[in-house]
Amino acid sequence: MRACRNQAIPAAAPYAPGCCSPSHGSAVDCGSANRDHLRCVPVHCSSVGAAAVRFTPARAAAAGLALAALFLAAPGAAAEKYGFGTPATEAQIKSWDINVFADGSGLPPGSGTVMAGRDIYNAQCLSCHGAKGEGGIGDRLAGGQGTLASAKPIKTVGSYWPYAPTLFDYIRRTMPITAPQSLSNDEVYAVTAYILFMNGLVQENADIDANSLAHLKMPNHDGFVPDPRPDVK
Amino acid sequence: MPHKQIPPDTYSALGGFIPPDGRILKDENPAHARKREARRGFLRKGAEALTGVAAAGLAGRAAMAADAGAGSLPVPESMKQPGALTGSSLYGHPSEFEKKVVRHLRPTDKQYYSSSTRSPLQELDGIITPNGLFYERHHNGIPSIDPAQHKLMVHGLVDTPLLFTMEEIRRYPSHSQIYFLECSGNPGYTVYGKTAAEANGLVSCAEWTGVMLKTILDEAGLQAGAKWVIAEGADGAGMTRSIPLEKCLDDAMLVYSQNGERLRPEQGYPLRVLLPGYEGNMNIKWVHRLQVTDRPVHSREETSKYTDLQPDGKAREFTYVMEAKSIITAPSGGQKMPGKGFCEISGIAWSGKGKITRVDVSVDDGKTWQQASLQEPVLTKALTRFRLPWRWDGRPAVILSRATDETGYVQPTLEELTAVRGVNGTYHNNAMTAWRIAETGEVTNARL
Repeated sequence: MRACRNQAIPAAAPYAPGCCSPSHGSAVDCGSANRDHLRCVPVHCSSVGAAAVRFTPARAAAAGLALAALFLAAPGAAAEKYGFGTPATEAQIKSWDINVFADGSGLPPGSGTVMAGRDIYNAQCLSCHGAKGEGGIGDRLAGGQGTLASAKPIKTVGSYWPYAPTLFDYIRRTMPITAPQSLSNDEVYAVTAYILFMNGLVQENADIDANSLAHLKMPNHDGFVPDPRPDVK
Repeated sequence: MPHKQIPPDTYSALGGFIPPDGRILKDENPAHARKREARRGFLRKGAEALTGVAAAGLAGRAAMAADAGAGSLPVPESMKQPGALTGSSLYGHPSEFEKKVVRHLRPTDKQYYSSSTRSPLQELDGIITPNGLFYERHHNGIPSIDPAQHKLMVHGLVDTPLLFTMEEIRRYPSHSQIYFLECSGNPGYTVYGKTAAEANGLVSCAEWTGVMLKTILDEAGLQAGAKWVIAEGADGAGMTRSIPLEKCLDDAMLVYSQNGERLRPEQGYPLRVLLPGYEGNMNIKWVHRLQVTDRPVHSREETSKYTDLQPDGKAREFTYVMEAKSIITAPSGGQKMPGKGFCEISGIAWSGKGKITRVDVSVDDGKTWQQASLQEPVLTKALTRFRLPWRWDGRPAVILSRATDETGYVQPTLEELTAVRGVNGTYHNNAMTAWRIAETGEVTNARL
């Protein structure tokens, strides 16, 4: 983001790496296009907001236009508000927010065993995904480890999914497909445990919860790379 | 031409009467309206009587034509009777003779909770896809959502978490723009469609109207550290994708209308995310929640599904942009050449990185290329219609098109793509599609 990089740093100004980190509140940030905070306009870490930007009067004129652009683009900077919408309460947010992150944050309290999961799976999942997770109307869930680099890769929870908490997230939000969000959190933990067991990733006597899911390293955890395109020109 | 003698009752049943000058006037009398309601059966009989009259007239015309000698034309039937009554189709629908122009549904899917339909590209002109023919991709069916009940929640790293009604969303400054939308699996690397729809029909283009996503995020107030927005749909898939904040603050929209009317249910009614140039799956339909975060959520769709497996067993993640692509839609697979001589080659080109700057067409399987003309206006991240005048000499030919966008990127061949990516990547195949024209005039996919 040119507007940001053009902000020459006055020699006398305190250079404050890390100043723009979330822990310092809404300090001036480079905006969305450049998260390289070391290039940010120097700020006093103790201050918050645009007023914290320090620059010499001599530079102000030259940088004025770019600085204005910076303020417009920066999150936290004053943007036009219309006053529409109603503040959402914590209870309202909690009732809808079912996002579970790769590191396990967002996982709810509760737990489930492989044994309990087997019963739920056989009753609610088997008809589409097969008795051993071999797939059918629904996706294959188990097996396939070691096949990703072969001519016929088999992508399953065990062979392809990089994060175990994502399995909980997905089952909770959309399975069984005819009755999404009908399972209790304990039931979702249990089905998750059983599918992990089918893939040899937990023991048959396992009882999983938020902590164990967050710390379970999946076989394909390191199997993803950034988008290199354009890779063919 | 004097008006035919039609029983007055028939016209009163139609809601009017014939004044001396022959005009049909509207009868607003409610008592008469009730009477008309009671006489619907008579109306049908009247229509049959009219048909009979017309048939008799036709016979007379035929006799006259015979009298006039060979070479004369029958007067079109549509000129000899009233057409369907005004208001007989208050929403409207295509001609009864265009009933075959529908989306293509693969008959072989194991289930249709999570499936797709393809836009019949070979039947369409111009760059705008009619709403009823816009491609579909659903992950757990098409929900029916009452806009009066629908709410959008914005929460996470914002100053004020907010809930918006649809009425409130529509109060914001609106913006309209024409953008294409394309599924990233359009098609897989080993799929050779018989028709343009089957080959590349998971792409469509519309004029979208809504509010800039930035406007809504600004209303809630972005906090420092905000880098991603996780959008969630209110469908049975709870479809969830993480969107980089840069895109949200750039050209991303929350749209409620498509081609002038409210979104169709299958396009996310009443509200969807629109990310110009990005893979279709990220354009969350039925959107009801935006969580602003410092990191992506790594949902199932952005880890185990919309990731591109490479030959070394690694998969590319967060592959957003739809690279430049084109396909000839006429003549195309499943069609038959009408004969030797002039044949306009026409097709569509698009790029998720901006405007199409050039399309080349080959009629000799890629040995030589001719520059096609581009129909103005050429719009950024929208379909562009290209054309090349051609004369078919009646001999076998292989025709294909190659798009170039404003970044200088040139659409590759399938071989060029698979040499790097292998054939198991599933997504982002933007290769050229070649059609073979046989001596018989039959057009087929050149890879079949």
